[in-house]
Amino acid sequence: MLPCTGRIDEALLLKAFENGADGVMVVGCLEGDCHYVNGNIRARARVERVYAILEKIDIGPDRIRMYNLSAGEGSKFAAYANEFVEQILELGPSPINVARTTTAQATSQEEAA
Amino acid sequence: MITGTPKPIEEILEMVEPYDNIIVAGCHGCVTVCRVGGEKEVQVLASTLRLAREASGRKIEIKEVSLERQCDPEYVELMRPYVEDYQAVLSIACGAGIQFLAEKFTVTPLLPGINTGFLGVTERQGEWAERCQGCGDCVLHLTGGICPVTRCAKSLFHGPCGGSVRGICEIDKDVKCGWQLIVDRLKALDQMDNYGKLKPYKGWDSARHGGPRRILREDMI
Ligand code: SF4
Ligand code: SF4
Repeated sequence: MLPCTGRIDEALLLKAFENGADGVMVVGCLEGDCHYVNGNIRARARVERVYAILEKIDIGPDRIRMYNLSAGEGSKFAAYANEFVEQILELGPSPINVARTTTAQATSQEEAA
Repeated sequence: MITGTPKPIEEILEMVEPYDNIIVAGCHGCVTVCRVGGEKEVQVLASTLRLAREASGRKIEIKEVSLERQCDPEYVELMRPYVEDYQAVLSIACGAGIQFLAEKFTVTPLLPGINTGFLGVTERQGEWAERCQGCGDCVLHLTGGICPVTRCAKSLFHGPCGGSVRGICEIDKDVKCGWQLIVDRLKALDQMDNYGKLKPYKGWDSARHGGPRRILREDMI
């Protein structure tokens, strides 16, 4: 949890994928409502850049998405979270996690043999 | 500052294909300011490469470093203790910085992660424009502070030429005629007499035409 999505940068988002995330959902305040003027607008631009990177390296651009909400919209947050989880479940594990599972299986087979 | 643009990730992946462990080296100088080769860009590039390589089934180990400047020996030397532990260095400094690393670390292959651009200025966030070609014989005092070598597409010294139409250069409708800018500025400064003072010819031996250049300041050695 960050006090403002303006702190999010491309490196942090990519790190989440390196750390095994199948999808990353960024939730910022409503546009025009940022306490730091344009933190959420900057965050959106960064999310879009990561979207383009994930597309180029075949991890899949749809694994990242930015939503905007006000702090009072709890039910909307739940709905967005469910929608995003659905989307990621449909996509399945990220190619990174697929590769990690394959390597782990190969290693355990080798060890067993 | 020296500007640049990132190389396409596909091109970089092809460059690093033979290696299993590399250094990604950034620079805190010009390339940090034009957001192409600083500490943040090192993190993003290293993460991107690790993800792409792991997804393709062959992991790559990356050491992330950012030097104060890659064009000064005292900072470059800081890499010496560990550089040979890695199979290659992917540098995202300008071409000068990359070459300096290559010169200092003779047994390690150096790979360029950016395409170096030009000597320019930040017109607004995300937009840079060329201002100087380092000709080695500056005439800005005679041209209202606007460089004819750079801003005139033909580097003319007595423009504008016939291709200048209503302040626009014939090469592109988005390019202002450098000489029209100079004349307008000289008029505004009431310095049109400078227009006649321009040298009858410009010696280009101090520019690139004389081969690779070197500055030797005896007073500093
Ligand atoms: S290496 Fe290049 S980018 Fe870095 S400070 Fe030197 S000139 Fe600027
Ligand atoms: S006249 Fe030469 S040194 Fe001066 S700004 Fe133009 S290119 Fe640079």
